[in-house]
This record gives sequence, C-alpha cells and structure tokens, in this order.
Amino acid sequence: MKVIIKSFLLGSLVSLFTLGSVVSAAQCTNDVWNKVMKRGKVVVGVKADYKPWGYRSTSGELIGMEIDMAKDVAAAMNVDLELVPVQSSNRMQFLEQGKIDMMIATMSDRVDRRKIVGITQPNYYTSGTNIMSPKALGLSSWEDLRGKPVCGKQGAFYNKIVADRYGAKIIAFTGNAEAKQALRDKKCIAWVYDDSSIMSDLSSGEFDDFEMPLASEDDNPWGLAVPLAEKDCIFGHFMSGITYNMHQSGRLIELEQKHGIQSTNYLVIQKYRNKDWLEGK
Amino acid sequence: MLGSFSQFFLDLYESNPKWNFIYFYDPKQADRVLEGLWTTLELSVVCVIFSVVIGVAGAWLQTLPNRLVRMVVQGYIQFFRNTPPLIQLMFFYFALGQFTPTYSPDGWLEIPIISNVGWAIISLSFFAGAFNVEIFRAGIEAIPESTKEASESLGFSRLQTYRYIVLPLAFRVSLPALNNNLVNLVKTTTQALVIAVPELLYQMVSIYNDYSTSMNACMLLLFVVYIVLVGILVFGMQRWERAMNIPGYGS
Repeated sequence: MKVIIKSFLLGSLVSLFTLGSVVSAAQCTNDVWNKVMKRGKVVVGVKADYKPWGYRSTSGELIGMEIDMAKDVAAAMNVDLELVPVQSSNRMQFLEQGKIDMMIATMSDRVDRRKIVGITQPNYYTSGTNIMSPKALGLSSWEDLRGKPVCGKQGAFYNKIVADRYGAKIIAFTGNAEAKQALRDKKCIAWVYDDSSIMSDLSSGEFDDFEMPLASEDDNPWGLAVPLAEKDCIFGHFMSGITYNMHQSGRLIELEQKHGIQSTNYLVIQKYRNKDWLEGK
Repeated sequence: MLGSFSQFFLDLYESNPKWNFIYFYDPKQADRVLEGLWTTLELSVVCVIFSVVIGVAGAWLQTLPNRLVRMVVQGYIQFFRNTPPLIQLMFFYFALGQFTPTYSPDGWLEIPIISNVGWAIISLSFFAGAFNVEIFRAGIEAIPESTKEASESLGFSRLQTYRYIVLPLAFRVSLPALNNNLVNLVKTTTQALVIAVPELLYQMVSIYNDYSTSMNACMLLLFVVYIVLVGILVFGMQRWERAMNIPGYGS
C-alpha cells in the first residue's frame, strides 16, 4: 500500500515537472488573447484623472484620447470594450494580475517597466517633464528649484530625476488634484509633471496665474502594454500593427486635435516616417 | 563581506527581475528606506505618547460633575472616533491647513506653521486619543464606588482621588485594550501617505515607482518592518502589564 502511494506521489510530482517544462517550452499560449476572443470583451486599463487623455466627463463617463484609442482597438478585434480606471502606481500590477487585458494609460516607456509588462512598439505618444509654477515667481531655469519644495505625483519616474539632478524637494501626493491643490495653497513653488498635461491644464482657464516657464526635459515616449508573456504573440503583434496604422493613417493626429491637445512633433514625424510609398499615386 | 551581500541581491535581480531588493545594493535607496523608517518611528512614538495623554486627560474630564465639559469631551470622541482617519488627515491638512498662520521664505510660498508631519501627529493622536478616552473610562468605571468613597473619607480631593487611587487601578484594567489600540495606531501611521508625509510606506511606494521591478521586495520589507515594529510594541506593553500587576487584583 505504502509503495503504491509513494509511486503515485512520485509519478504526480514528475508529471508536474514535465508539465511545467512543456508549458515553458511552448512560446505562445495566447491565453489572454483567446480569453478576450472567447468572452467577446476586452478589458482595457485607462486613466481617469489625466485630462484630456483619460478622464471623466461631467456625467461620469470615461472619455479622452486614450479611451478613443481603446475603442478603435475593440472595434478592430470585434469585441465589446470594458474600461477600468487605473493609477500610475498600480497599472502594471493590474495587468500582471489579469485584472485588465491590456492598458493604454499614459505610461512612459522605461527599461525597468519592460521587464514587468509587454510594451509594444511603435510608441504612440511622447511627452517631456516640465513644471507649472506661478507667474509671480518668474522661474527661468531648472536650477531655481534647488532646495525648494516642489509638488509631484506618486508614480512619476521623473520625481527622482528632478530631485537628483536639481536638488528639488519633491512632495509627492497620491493624486493630481491633491498636488495641484497644494500648489494653489502655496505649499510648493511648482508642480512637476508631463508637459502635455500641464499644457492642457493651462489652457483650461483654471490656472491663469500660472505658467510653464522651463524647457521640457527628458522627452520620453509613451507605451501601451499587453501581458509580458504575449508581447511577441498574437496580442503584442496585433497592438503593434494597429499602432503603426494609427500613425500612418494620421488617426493619432486626428485624435490629438479632437481632444484639443497641442500638436506634438513626434506624431508628425512618425506619420512621415511610416508614409505609404503609394500614397497619392 | 558587505560587497558579497549586495552582490548576492544584484545576482538575484539578474536571475529574477521581479525580486529586485534594490535597497540592499543601492545606497541611495537604502537611505530612503532608513529615512522612512525614522519618520515612521518618530510618528509612532510621538502619537502613542500624545494619544495616551489625551486619553488620560479626557477620561478625567469625563468624571467631572460639569455637564458642559463632559459634553465637549463626548463631542470630541464622536467626531474623531466616527470618522475615518484617512479623511481626517486630508481634512486637516487641506481644509484646516488654509486657516493656520503661515510664513513666507521667498515672498510667494506660504509655509504653514503646522507642517504635514505636524498635521499627521495632531490628527492621528486625536484619533487614537478618542479611543483611549473610552478605554480609560471603561477602566475607571471598573473601580468600585466604595473605593472612591473610602479615598474621599480619607480627605483626598477629587483630583487626588483620580491621580492616586482611581487612575493607577484603572490603568491596569485598561492596559490590554490600550495595547490593542496602540497597535492599531502604529499601523494607521501609514495613512499619512495621503498628505505626503515621508514615512516608510511613502518611501517604499516612491522606490517601487522609480524601480518597478522592486515592488515585491518593497512590499516584503514593509511587511517585515511592521511585524517587527508592532512586535516590539506588544512585547513592551506586555512586560509593562506584568510589571504593574498587583497580586490578587485583576487577572
């Protein structure tokens, strides 16, 4: 009896290991892609506090440039779309854990992040780091931030850069609204964030006494992401393809204009670079 | 020796990119961890002391015959006990913070006299203090009326009766419940994150945002630190409980 149990245990253990090696040997299981197709719905992580890329309309609906991109993606896959609001500090974990199938969430494409999620090429947007500061202070160089309190958002990679390079004392809040409120309350001399977002804030008319006085730094392309295991499989290749087409057709530039975003040279260059050689012939 | 220690974690990161114990080989991140740990300790110790003082004082005020005083204490308890500490922190820092006096080092900045750390101490102390008042009140009510009458007949004033007779006995009764509440207080200090108090959680979140591969390692460290921190507190409280034990009184 004992021998039978023993051999059974051993056998199941061996089969467990061999099963494991079979799974890792197969390159593409396409689990998430198949799941999406089977249930007829793709769950996309987007921002809900990042106007005008992903934010809530006055009626509470999620809208913005990235939400429009997500709609295009779902339409091309011919599945329903479910939007899940994510934050900078949890978006990659949501994707890792399968809470979302993919994300288009204003994420800067960084080496470290590529080890966690499958960021596909080409990048769909880019932004640099800048500050919003009161006109009254008349800041003119990044060095003006040295030793001064500067408000930031938890999860932004450039907090560390601005602190290390210019000696700014970063006070990082969990949300944009809190950080901007702290700036209005004069608890810090500037709000360090993506230049594109600051520009849209300034044009909203709510920050008339503020300006974006410095030259943007650390221009960093944004990346959308699929699960890391499916980056070089159907899902990743599909997202690369649709992003390429959105560049080539000018769809991204069109969306940029639709949402009142100041036009970015990056999109113009990408459109030119990917130009169809037969166009206009 | 130290070199091979950090080398081990560098190698671990190379082979397992999700287990990046960055604070073991990058001195800059190690500094952030230590800074956060220090702030957490500071916050915990100061809040524990203040909240106990508030508890003792509040419980005494509740024994006074003056109804108005008792009502004020009761109002304080209801306000702080019945609202989430997270909302208290935000309310104090953002809403009340606007009405505190400020000073300006450069003509534009208005640095409030009470910093975010200050507000965290105030808010968390009063939050835990509200529970402590109730804990001590329960202890005081456990003291038999006859004991108080005996002390009165010996010529003790109301304050003296409280200070020398009621409080020492009530304190012993209250210690187990106090123990619980202080453990909770130490854990609640992490919520100061929302007003950007650079305590341990804030620093760890910042680190794993800067180095996304270090998330698991950061979570693990947080877990271990709080187990140790709360363990030390509980150990100390239990020792104290034993030291204050009166044979034949209580358990």
